[in-house]
Amino acid sequence: MLAFKLALKNLIGAGLRTWLNVFVLSLALFMIVFQSGIIEGWNRQAKADMIDWEVGGGEYWHELYDPYDPLTLNDGHAVLPTEISQLCMDGQAVPVLVTQASVYPEGRMRNILLKGIDQSQNIIKMQTADLKNDSSTINAMIGTRMANATKLKTNDLVTVRWRDANGTFDATEIRIAGIFHTNVPSIDNNQIWVSLDNLQRMTGMDDQATYIILKQGITSTPTVPGWIYKGYDILFKELDTIIKAKGVGGIVVYIILLSLALLAVFDTQVLSIFRREKEIGTYVALGMTRWQVVWLFTIEGAMHSILSVIAAAVWGTPILYMVAKKGFGMPKGIEGYGLTIAEKIFPYYAAGTIITMTLIILITTTIVSFIPSRKIAGMKPTEALRGKVQ
Amino acid sequence: MNNSEIISVKDLTKKFPMGMGEFTALNGINLEFSKGEFSGVVGPSGSGKTTLLNIIGLLDNPSDGDAIIMGSSSRDLSVRGAALLRRKHMGFIFQTYNLLTVYTVFENAEFPLLLLRMTVGERKKAVLEALEWVGLTDKIKSKPAQLSGGECQRVAIARAMVKRPEIVLADEPTANLDADNSHHILRTMEKLNHELKTTFIFATHDDKVISYLRRKITLIDGKVSRDEIVKQ
Repeated sequence: MLAFKLALKNLIGAGLRTWLNVFVLSLALFMIVFQSGIIEGWNRQAKADMIDWEVGGGEYWHELYDPYDPLTLNDGHAVLPTEISQLCMDGQAVPVLVTQASVYPEGRMRNILLKGIDQSQNIIKMQTADLKNDSSTINAMIGTRMANATKLKTNDLVTVRWRDANGTFDATEIRIAGIFHTNVPSIDNNQIWVSLDNLQRMTGMDDQATYIILKQGITSTPTVPGWIYKGYDILFKELDTIIKAKGVGGIVVYIILLSLALLAVFDTQVLSIFRREKEIGTYVALGMTRWQVVWLFTIEGAMHSILSVIAAAVWGTPILYMVAKKGFGMPKGIEGYGLTIAEKIFPYYAAGTIITMTLIILITTTIVSFIPSRKIAGMKPTEALRGKVQ
Repeated sequence: MNNSEIISVKDLTKKFPMGMGEFTALNGINLEFSKGEFSGVVGPSGSGKTTLLNIIGLLDNPSDGDAIIMGSSSRDLSVRGAALLRRKHMGFIFQTYNLLTVYTVFENAEFPLLLLRMTVGERKKAVLEALEWVGLTDKIKSKPAQLSGGECQRVAIARAMVKRPEIVLADEPTANLDADNSHHILRTMEKLNHELKTTFIFATHDDKVISYLRRKITLIDGKVSRDEIVKQ
């Protein structure tokens, strides 16, 4: 207790030197919490968007369908079984038919996936009502990424070519009835959406689908012969891998930030021991044991972190709270760099992360304070009293 | 060692490494100090005064011989044991005051009592008494930077005396003070020696200090050349 009291007095007495270190450490802590909050918020937002726009409450895939192997599209479709048809009729699921196709925007060929979805669905966020035909032309929807890549605009007509169920090529013109914006690129890149009945008619695959999206919150997922239920554990596998990779990158940033802050504390400790040799000698002459002095200096260093946690809480909490409320705007065009990200990220600060980071800072600060302070134990008090650098 | 003997130095030798060889700072010193003495080790620079004081204060170890402080041999005491003995029974006064700059006058004087784990009430009473001895009760909230040299040394005396130690070791206490301040702090120490029977040992070559001593030990080249009672 005495050491804490003396250490606090010495720290406050050291004035600006202390507050500079405290500020640097609190800045590191703030940045770590902020960055982890952004990453966690980004991850949660990505999952929420994926649920809203793509996977709903889970999916049934035709047993031969593999989204990573386009060749499976030839056989990976079938007429909906009764159990699933009933779910679709009850508005609990929506079927999607997928086939390979080519489009010719401005005369250039582009391979795409042509997807058919029930235009009256409300399982995913896509405004499929735009797919309703009001003329003989087939209405289609594309995402902003696809629109940017093909330079297609609303009401543009574009030729699309596909093979039907018998392998025969067919082609027609479709009209871009709407362009949707989503943070989920896997329903946007190189994809054109048309109404399910149109695609079934175009391909001769009446009443057939490749996969079925279930409504969020659906709990009953019975086993259906020929169809395989895919839960979030499988549907988020790719996203979880990306999150893990981002996590590793985040740790590297934490280490760099923390190292810079700890270097400041370490430097201060080393400098303190040289500058305060006379004081150390005085402590020993007044009856402190050398290890008591080592302990005192170690606590002084470690208390930088306690003060920094308090400082970060005082000046950082309002900022973190405000950003969590208002969101953190991402630069426009960031998608061009290959990053899938929302325009605004709402950070999520996990209590576990904050506590862990605080403990890491406390422990590492204590260690970097102790390392130079050990030197005191080897000092000769007579030399220290004279302030002679040893 | 008789009953009133508080410090005994026997065949004390201290050598320091110097270049390829050694420098002998103290060479076979034999001395005894009794309780309540007001004595000084005098001599020119480099004669070994401070080295002798450091060994008596258990801040340094002899190369040969022994220093027995209040019945404890410097050879047998551990570093921790020496620290505890200093904490309880010794006070130090330095030429450069060695006050803790971030502490106030009160806190500087209080420091030795914190190490003795005295209660707040006990500490306050003892510190105010010590500051009254040195005439600084009006400066208790001042920091050392706000004090004159003489005032700083008076704080150092209060700090050394606050726990009423048996021994006070003063190394050139007047070296940075003018004549008036020197006489003032010497009179203070003389008064405390009379009132509290504290043993004072000075290391000095200042005539003003020497004029107050009752026993004068002259060191030349690490040897006692004269040990005389100059005042009763």
